Amino acid sequence: MKQTLVVIGNGMVGQHFLAGLAASTGKDQYDIVTFCEEPRPAYDRVHLSEFFSGKTAEDLSLIPEGFFADNGITLHLGDRAATIDREHKTVTSAKGVSIRYDKLVLATGSYPFVPPVPGHDRKNCLVYRTIEDLEAMTAAARTGKVGTVVGGGLLGLEAAKALKDLGLDTHVVEFAPRLMAVQIDEGGGAMLRRKIEALGVTVHTNKNTSQIIDGDTCVNKMCFADGEELETDVVLFSAGIRPRDDIAKGCGLDIGQRGGIVIDNHCKTSDPDIYAIGECALWNGMIFGLVAPGYAMARTVIADLNGSEALFTGADMSTKLKLMGVDVASIGDAHARTQGALIFTYQNGGSDVYKRLVVSEDKTRLLGAVLVGDANEYGTLLQYCQNGIALPEHPDSLILPRNAGEAVGLGPDALPASAQICSCYEVSKGAICSAIEAGCTTVNALKAETKAGTGCGGCVPLLKSVLNCELAKQGYEVNTDLCEHFAYTRQDLYNLIKVEGIKTFDALLAKHGRGLGCEICKPAVASILASHWNDYILKTEHVGLQDTNDTFLANMQKDGTYSVVPRIPGGEISPDMLIVLGQVGKKYNLYTKITGGQRVDLFGARLEELPAIWKELVDAGFESGHAYGKSLRTVKSCVGSTWCRYGVDDSVGLAIALENRYKGLRSPHKIKFAVSGCTRECAEAQGKDIGVIATENGWSLYVCGNGGMKPRHADLFATGLDKDTLIAYIDRVLIFYIRTADRLQRTSVWLENLAGGLDYLKAVVIDDKLGLCAELEQQMSHVIDTYQCEWKTTLEDADKLKRFRHFINSDQTDDNIVFVEERGQIRPANPEERRHFQLVEVA
Amino acid sequence: MTIWFDVCAVEDLQPNSGVCVLVQNQQIALFYLPATESVYAVHNFDPFGLANVLARGLIGDIGGQPMVASPLYKQHFHLTTGECFENSSVRIPAYPVRIDNARVSVGIPEPSV
Repeated sequence: MKQTLVVIGNGMVGQHFLAGLAASTGKDQYDIVTFCEEPRPAYDRVHLSEFFSGKTAEDLSLIPEGFFADNGITLHLGDRAATIDREHKTVTSAKGVSIRYDKLVLATGSYPFVPPVPGHDRKNCLVYRTIEDLEAMTAAARTGKVGTVVGGGLLGLEAAKALKDLGLDTHVVEFAPRLMAVQIDEGGGAMLRRKIEALGVTVHTNKNTSQIIDGDTCVNKMCFADGEELETDVVLFSAGIRPRDDIAKGCGLDIGQRGGIVIDNHCKTSDPDIYAIGECALWNGMIFGLVAPGYAMARTVIADLNGSEALFTGADMSTKLKLMGVDVASIGDAHARTQGALIFTYQNGGSDVYKRLVVSEDKTRLLGAVLVGDANEYGTLLQYCQNGIALPEHPDSLILPRNAGEAVGLGPDALPASAQICSCYEVSKGAICSAIEAGCTTVNALKAETKAGTGCGGCVPLLKSVLNCELAKQGYEVNTDLCEHFAYTRQDLYNLIKVEGIKTFDALLAKHGRGLGCEICKPAVASILASHWNDYILKTEHVGLQDTNDTFLANMQKDGTYSVVPRIPGGEISPDMLIVLGQVGKKYNLYTKITGGQRVDLFGARLEELPAIWKELVDAGFESGHAYGKSLRTVKSCVGSTWCRYGVDDSVGLAIALENRYKGLRSPHKIKFAVSGCTRECAEAQGKDIGVIATENGWSLYVCGNGGMKPRHADLFATGLDKDTLIAYIDRVLIFYIRTADRLQRTSVWLENLAGGLDYLKAVVIDDKLGLCAELEQQMSHVIDTYQCEWKTTLEDADKLKRFRHFINSDQTDDNIVFVEERGQIRPANPEERRHFQLVEVA
Repeated sequence: MTIWFDVCAVEDLQPNSGVCVLVQNQQIALFYLPATESVYAVHNFDPFGLANVLARGLIGDIGGQPMVASPLYKQHFHLTTGECFENSSVRIPAYPVRIDNARVSVGIPEPSV
């Protein structure tokens, strides 16, 4: 006879418990019933703020398709368990469902603490916990301009990011003298504050909110005990959590003095048939507000139900996260509370990095650490701390900047098999190595097999280095070759071409490659040669390397015709020039469309028509738009201070200057710029590779943003720049990208993969850490000095024009190209329509 | 039986690249690899992209086998057999080529009537 197991709460921990139980042998002994108060089952609260950067509720869901049905679990969705009758062993829900249980698991979680200040329940005073809360925030942000988070802890800063993403002028109000007071020390807190303020969030510390009243300019006004006031439309409380223990209290279970359901090492409450796990549980006087300890408790209960033992003995509260793009990590005894602990601190004001080690009195063991601004050492330090690995003679060497060539941290090889790599899912290095032996040879395969890295994601870099190390040991070669013809990376080839002065593909292939080349290495090398030497790309020795778009200086479309995009710098165009585009479009019967980069695309040009079309365009004063190349595309701009009431500076003028400066620059992938004339950001510069925004104090430079398939918000690189400094920085960033990126790697992915990240890029470009700046600028000026309009050059060369024919032995045209009309313009015929027009004969 | 058609001069070819010729109302892509002194001929029609574009693809080798990569969706075709490297059930027509007196001829199979 099966017993009945009731689980109250389907949050992250409740779901982790269900999934673990369903995968265990004990599953067949129980009929499982779960109550979920929210309208949707478990979702990933850790990554809640991603809701504002485009993730949907579905994306955040933690429920595999068919989970409840497949495992025979009855889910009562949108129904809160209201009371427990321990005598009759029944749970009754708000909707009146009554279930008799044999075993009961409480996973009721926590609720956000809202300080009981007068006015806390006013309009737009919200909390940040559920997807419904996020929807309320979105609604409130629609009509508001200013948002304030009460609470500068981990969740508060996440919430501040959400407000910022919603486009609000964002404030953080913290009662304590510093941010993240629980996890990091004073020095780390100060550094974090500086960095967050640089991102445009105003931080107020030592602030005690006394009441919230009607605002004068905003919906609300916060009044503080020190007499200061803050006008704000939205107030978001994130001042800590409180365990949801009311249902346990109601049935007489032991509750801690300050709340929380008391549990023992088996996670049992004072009733041996009732367990409590996650943030509602109080173990040894502690509430654990992170997901990993909750998961550990879930595993303890599963073991108990299965008749084995896995005691919960506390949890490591170490954590690493990215708060508003700032890396923050805290390990172990971050506040040095251990008797006799020694402290080592490294602070770099220039690149805003703060690191602190807490070491045992005898300097042999790492007790704790704080990292702000650069948390690359997190994995290594965590291993030292958790596994009690003996520290090197000079512990501070672990946090001091390393020079090139020195060993980096603790190699994965030095870790014991028992070392825990993923603390969310408790995956050991041994388990990962077994999975690698069983055939997992990519990080994604390891994630699928072991779940490591799928929780908070903090261990992914370590996971990757364990993988690479093991693969190397097992004789796999980690292949970074460009292709079968070159056993080099793109960066290697760039250096060879530069250092050895190689000017052609054939010379490079003869010296460093093998075979004939392919469609991977040829365009990659063509791009490097063009970036470095900037020869005309259709020179005989280069033309065979180019993709068809570069070969014919136009963009091939699905039917083999091409589109034509003349350059319109900054999107500024006179009526006369627009008329030329209209006339050309009409004369050659081209489909015309406005592009996202503020220019005009003319489609449906046959190969043999391209020279005539371009002759008319060049004669009228147009230049090639390089839409066909992996090169600078457009510099988008808003209308700027010339016309706009709000404009702070001349964005159009700067956009035109930048576009003319960098036009024709060949790069690993396409590059897009934008310039906005004020912080309203109408040009969407923060979604571009290079974005510039005018402020009262000068230009702000953003780098490495992207729209498209995988959007990335650009990083703020420098502020208050004059035009010359701005251009020098852009010169350096672009050439450094061109030299060091992989093939077809956009700047966004390049920066994500650049060791040291944004801080390193700043060190190279602003502080000239590598002593390269002059060289980078010199290379850019070579490219600029040797610019040519590729269409103008081509039109002047009768020999080159010979290629622009469909047949070299006939003046006939390709009869497979068929257009039909739609909305008054041409489009390619679909196969069905085509059959009506012609007989296609294929041998 | 193969019938040979004179199509162009060697100097009309593009080194390390392709051109297209019209032979008996068929579009044939010709590729010239000076490194191996070879000229290859395959049909110009891309069976995946359904357009006459193969002559505009990049050429090279895969594991020593000469190939052209479609400029539309990058499938690779063997230059002497016409077989698609990604899907061996797809094969485009390939033709023999002769060079004589700096003239290029392509061999077309006689229609089996």
